[in-house]
Amino acid sequence: MRPDVDTTSVKVGDEIPPLSTPPISRLTLALYAGASGDHNPIHVDLDFARYHGMDDVFAHGMLASAYLGRMLTNWLPQDALVSFGMRFVAISHVHDELSCSGKITERFEEAGEQRARLELSVVNQHGETKVVGDAVVRLEP
Amino acid sequence: MIDPSFIGFRLPVHTQLVEAGRLRFFAQAIGETNPVYLDEDAARAAGWRSLPVPPTFLFCLDMERDNPYDYMDTLGIELGKVLHGEQHFSYHQVACAGDRLTFDSRITDIYQKKAGAMEFVVRETAVFRETGKQEPNRLADLRSIIIIRHR
Repeated sequence: MRPDVDTTSVKVGDEIPPLSTPPISRLTLALYAGASGDHNPIHVDLDFARYHGMDDVFAHGMLASAYLGRMLTNWLPQDALVSFGMRFVAISHVHDELSCSGKITERFEEAGEQRARLELSVVNQHGETKVVGDAVVRLEP
Repeated sequence: MIDPSFIGFRLPVHTQLVEAGRLRFFAQAIGETNPVYLDEDAARAAGWRSLPVPPTFLFCLDMERDNPYDYMDTLGIELGKVLHGEQHFSYHQVACAGDRLTFDSRITDIYQKKAGAMEFVVRETAVFRETGKQEPNRLADLRSIIIIRHR
């Protein structure tokens, strides 16, 4: 499967289509806990979170990562993805509205393929950065 | 302080069957709208063997082992103090529903910052796809960094 979008003209500085997501609710966290298999109570059990010094439950870092993944696979088919990394710089809280964006930072040839590197970020509705990441995609076979 | 002699510690290897229903549940939980991740017919029409495993779900499949917090228990880490610091994936192929995947993890680094107020544990996981042939197929490599907060 090759990208069904024209990637020949992709250039440094281009932004890929962003992704906005609805506010994180406690239901979002409950469903993500069940679906992801990460049952760490810090994300769903207020008593546990408070006992460990947090004011409230908070989102799994990998929920924001999954949103970044959605943005990438909305842009290109998943087999274009060579690598994908993320650093969790701040906790995402209940009621945060996360927006994902990605920008091309490099085009290069590797393993006989045209590839591009992207810089990724997740910010909330107040412009606070929650996750920074990077990805490498193959543009052409 | 976490005993640095755990660097090199290998976790029990485990194998997971990728279930289509679980992939749909995950897709719904993350608000996925791309039909390729929700509808097997759409997935096949796009050329996939079945529903593809989305990019971050390999991390979740690795948590399907008997106790996903096993290495934290072994290293004496209290779960309530743990934050996810970083996560990285390198992909060699895409897994699909029906695949059986084997996860082989090692602790590859343990270090601290801020005079021990924060400790870091790095775990690297090789993921293989069973093919029925002798040689397992390398599917992906994961690297996970957790942070242990001390007050």
